[in-house]
Amino acid sequence: MSIAVYVLVMAVVTYLIRMLPFTFFRKKLTSKFWLSFLHYIPYAVLSAMTIPAIFEATGSMVTAVVGTAVALVMAYFELPLIAVALGAAASAFIAGLFIK
Amino acid sequence: MKKEFLKGMSHGIPIMLGYLSVSFSFGIMAVGKGISPLWTSLISLTNLTSAGQAAGVDIIVAAGSLIEMILVQITINMRYSLMALSLSQKLDKRFTTPHRLAASYGITDEIFAVCAAQETPLTPAYMYGMILIATIGWVMGTVMGAVAGQLLPASVTSVMGLMLYGMFIAIVVPPCKKERGVLAVSLGAIAMSLLFKYVIKGIPSGFVIMICAVAASAVGAVLFPVQDEGGAS
Repeated sequence: MSIAVYVLVMAVVTYLIRMLPFTFFRKKLTSKFWLSFLHYIPYAVLSAMTIPAIFEATGSMVTAVVGTAVALVMAYFELPLIAVALGAAASAFIAGLFIK
Repeated sequence: MKKEFLKGMSHGIPIMLGYLSVSFSFGIMAVGKGISPLWTSLISLTNLTSAGQAAGVDIIVAAGSLIEMILVQITINMRYSLMALSLSQKLDKRFTTPHRLAASYGITDEIFAVCAAQETPLTPAYMYGMILIATIGWVMGTVMGAVAGQLLPASVTSVMGLMLYGMFIAIVVPPCKKERGVLAVSLGAIAMSLLFKYVIKGIPSGFVIMICAVAASAVGAVLFPVQDEGGAS
């Protein structure tokens, strides 16, 4: 099968998943439960995506743990997103120099 | 209108920088598995998602069926439906149907997270500015990884995978300090995610994220209901 078919199917399915609720859901929710649920969803999604996957992100558990710890501390002090991201990668890189 | 667009662009810059590194590693990975640099870049341009693209490349390489492709994409990307639903609650009146159809393209984890944290209603111009900058980062990173990835030492490319997660941590931690509910929901989602990783194995990762997020948020909504419209954020 041509790669074009695969890519087209991937793209269309991914678009529909985003587009259908965004375009056709017009009601303003008033239920306290649903408002709270939607308020919590992003944090729950990001937390579940990050842990434990982050520990396998560098191919070395030690460097990944160092990067995670640095990111947690920097995030606690509310540094900008990009600073935290770079801090995680840089500290893991430096840790990698030591364990070799 | 122009001001909103520029504001969206500036809010998109950290996303773009994060995307550059993540899509760079996607580019290396896809080309390494035998997809041409051109198709690798087209996949990034048309999909704008990390986990779904990585899984899609595996199916293409394995010559899997289209049914498998559809099911895997739905499972991994279903979280975007929840995000789209959440964002639909805070759209400005200017968000007419054509704008909704267009902006849907750019609902990613990071764009969602930044948009969800805005206190004012979202305008089309704001989202377009952010989506434009983020997409440039995602596609440029893919092109560079696909073409030049092999030139970088492995010690550098391996730690670049941490950048995206670092950004997620930077989004989640500050509200955890202010809201007990966010802290409880995040810890609950992490506990479940660990359970699926080490105890109840074999469920596809996209599905695991959905289950963890829905269960933790539902329990959180019951135990820590948000006080007023728009949340306690």
